[in-house]
Amino acid sequence: MITIKELKKSFNGLEVLRGVNLSIPEGKVTFIMGQSGTGKSVLLKHIVGLLKPDSGEIWFENKDITKLSEKELQKIRRKIGFLFQEGALFDSMTVKENVMFPLKEHFKMPKSEMEKTAEELLSAVDLLSAKDKYPSELSGGMKKRAALARTLALRPQVVLFDEPTTGLDPILQVSILELIKNLKEKYNLTCVIVSHDLNLAFKFADYIAFLHQGVIIEVGTPGEVKTSTNEFVKKFIESALV
Amino acid sequence: MNLFSLLGRAFLKILSDCGGIFLFFLKSFIYSFSPPYRIKLLIKHMEFIGVKSWLVVILTSLFSGMVTAYQVNIALAKVGSQSILGGVVALTLTRELGPVLTAVVVIARAGSAISAELGSMRITEQIDALKIMAINPIQYLMSPRLWAAIIVLPLLTAISDFVGIAGGYVVGTFLLHIDPGLLTARMVDMVELKDIMSGIVKSIFFGAFLVTVCGYKGYYASGGAEGVGRATTEAVVISTVGILVSDYILTTLFF
Repeated sequence: MITIKELKKSFNGLEVLRGVNLSIPEGKVTFIMGQSGTGKSVLLKHIVGLLKPDSGEIWFENKDITKLSEKELQKIRRKIGFLFQEGALFDSMTVKENVMFPLKEHFKMPKSEMEKTAEELLSAVDLLSAKDKYPSELSGGMKKRAALARTLALRPQVVLFDEPTTGLDPILQVSILELIKNLKEKYNLTCVIVSHDLNLAFKFADYIAFLHQGVIIEVGTPGEVKTSTNEFVKKFIESALV
Repeated sequence: MNLFSLLGRAFLKILSDCGGIFLFFLKSFIYSFSPPYRIKLLIKHMEFIGVKSWLVVILTSLFSGMVTAYQVNIALAKVGSQSILGGVVALTLTRELGPVLTAVVVIARAGSAISAELGSMRITEQIDALKIMAINPIQYLMSPRLWAAIIVLPLLTAISDFVGIAGGYVVGTFLLHIDPGLLTARMVDMVELKDIMSGIVKSIFFGAFLVTVCGYKGYYASGGAEGVGRATTEAVVISTVGILVSDYILTTLFF
């Protein structure tokens, strides 16, 4: 569904991505794992065109995203949702207004229908009771769920999650990932999740890719990854399962 | 690092900022002609920049008009020309003080707020969130603000001119005991439509300038809360100095 070829990116002379190659299969949950600061979020932001690479290609629907103009990217972005680490909710709007915002911008529908759709999405993420609250009144987990509802409002085919469980307690981490898995089934989504929590990846991923020193060093199902012979992957797994 | 290197860096930074601000203005202006047309946002920003600034503008202009009349009278008394006080005060206000003071008040009250708001949106990734939702952030955040300032600044300047002249009139007649008829007659004699219009045209330029500079600094803020604070300070300093410099240039062009 998404194919990344030889993607390279440097910041102030520091090479972050040094030739990433990765295929993201349709309708599956793909985890991108790696140590902190290895460029996982940078890779995710390239997929949605928030960053331009120094070189390389990202193919989605027979189009190379890296070559598209900002106007052409807007069409792609309606199909690829992005969940920011901190949610990036508009703090001047309530939760419901946040979810209604993309609907107002892109769909011509009566206000009552917009409200109904927003409430359905908030129900799907179990946040209907907080619909009139402002983002500053929400906990970290609630913010992520509200942001997820807003992301789903545009009915994307792909959703990219930037560390959706970071900063949450273990119970909330599992509940967020269960929610993602359920929504994936319900809305037939392709999910890409950036994380460094291997236990959660083993539980929820269809595929796991390891990003290390700017390249993907291993891709496979959780079972395949567990038996990897790559030294870094073996060390990562041993450290995570201690 | 030697002095030349420091000066060179500062010069490059100024050039880069000037180019960036100009491109930002062009984008904000051009995107305003592409749908969706954000009338509700335009009205909201007109209220924020205009309606919520009028009281401060009135207070500033009133006392500026009064003190101008008082000081000018001292100078005119030395050459025995107190009869032209009304005209001099009106000219000063309509040509210079009205538009400049209004712009400075709007920078302090609304410009700084615009910079801080956009800066905060930038560091909390709300601007990126707009992009992700296939919304042009400059068209959404800047275009309505640009037009709001362009519409509202001339109106505020007109209020400022009127109130400032009224302040000068009060000081002239009640404190300095100049004949009210003479005061108003000299105003009418000396002030032409061109004088008033030059101030209004200046205010249109100032409105576009201050909103672009404050928006630009906030939109490209970086470095967390400290970065937002720095961006807001830079926005206020650059737009205030820029308005005083451009006021001089516009005055030399008009007269």
